[in-house]
Amino acid sequence: MCTYLTEKIAVAGSGKGAAGWFTLTDATVYLDHPQHAPAEHTLNIDFLNPASGPSARVAVELTAESARALARAIEATLQSAPPGLA
Amino acid sequence: MNEALIAETISITGHGGDEIEAYLARPLGQDSFGGVVVIHHLPGYDSSTKEITRKFAAHGYAALMPNLYYREAPGASPDDAAAAARARGGVPDERLVGDVGGAADYLRAMDGSNGRVGVIGYCSGGRQSFLAAASLPLDAAVDCYGAFVVGSPPEGMPLKVGPIVHLAPDLSCPLLGLFGAEDQYPSPEQVDELDKALIEAGKPHEFHSYEGAGHAFFSVNRPAYRVEAANDGWQKIWDFYGRYLAG
Repeated sequence: MCTYLTEKIAVAGSGKGAAGWFTLTDATVYLDHPQHAPAEHTLNIDFLNPASGPSARVAVELTAESARALARAIEATLQSAPPGLA
Repeated sequence: MNEALIAETISITGHGGDEIEAYLARPLGQDSFGGVVVIHHLPGYDSSTKEITRKFAAHGYAALMPNLYYREAPGASPDDAAAAARARGGVPDERLVGDVGGAADYLRAMDGSNGRVGVIGYCSGGRQSFLAAASLPLDAAVDCYGAFVVGSPPEGMPLKVGPIVHLAPDLSCPLLGLFGAEDQYPSPEQVDELDKALIEAGKPHEFHSYEGAGHAFFSVNRPAYRVEAANDGWQKIWDFYGRYLAG
């Protein structure tokens, strides 16, 4: 199905796309057909800078299981960081 | 049929007089041909849909696929363009109709056109094929598993499309519907509801639902591909267009 189910957030940081590093301003998270991953649906994340055009994008397509593992890893890493660092 | 064809990227006049990119494939060595507007799926104006466009030319039709995301992302790669268009909620219905209408006009004006033009769309394009056939003078329409012709997106889904089954009485041409029996968008119940609406409106149509197939069973580069359904579906398309567009 074409879900259009999308969460949009503002982010600060950098990403490396096809043309090199660029400043990130936005991220979208959505569940839909992948472009490349061999699955019918994937959890997709786009890291973006819309002001720099559609090609300012770092994309990943993850299985639901991988996406959950990634979310847990991010949270665990931040939780275990020394005070004041994260 | 020798399947000789030529394919190229061109510019056409779409909705609002905008110049947009389009992919044209036409048969070679044929004095007269019908036309097909190919509406790409949500993942965009991509290589696999260009391959489908060439397939129509190999079978004797001039086929034209407008880049529905061209305005959001001129010159971007298809996947980046699709992401940009998706983030904005997809293609507005009015703009879709204008772009398909522009493509149909281009096909009718080609040297060798027999004046007949059909439309086909996949996935989100299936709904858009129905929408185009209800909004424009066309000769044949094919809806490949288009969701939300019947029914609304589930609660909480920020999908900017609504049901258009009420447009059934406006259909300008016969409709061929190809669906997967295991698909949920559209579900078999929604396909039945559309079938009933078309019967009620007295509109010629034929629907085929394939057991063992779900959404996107024509997509040869995706796990959803189902060879038996796709092969039979293509044969249904050739039969249908042969009746209404060929010559």
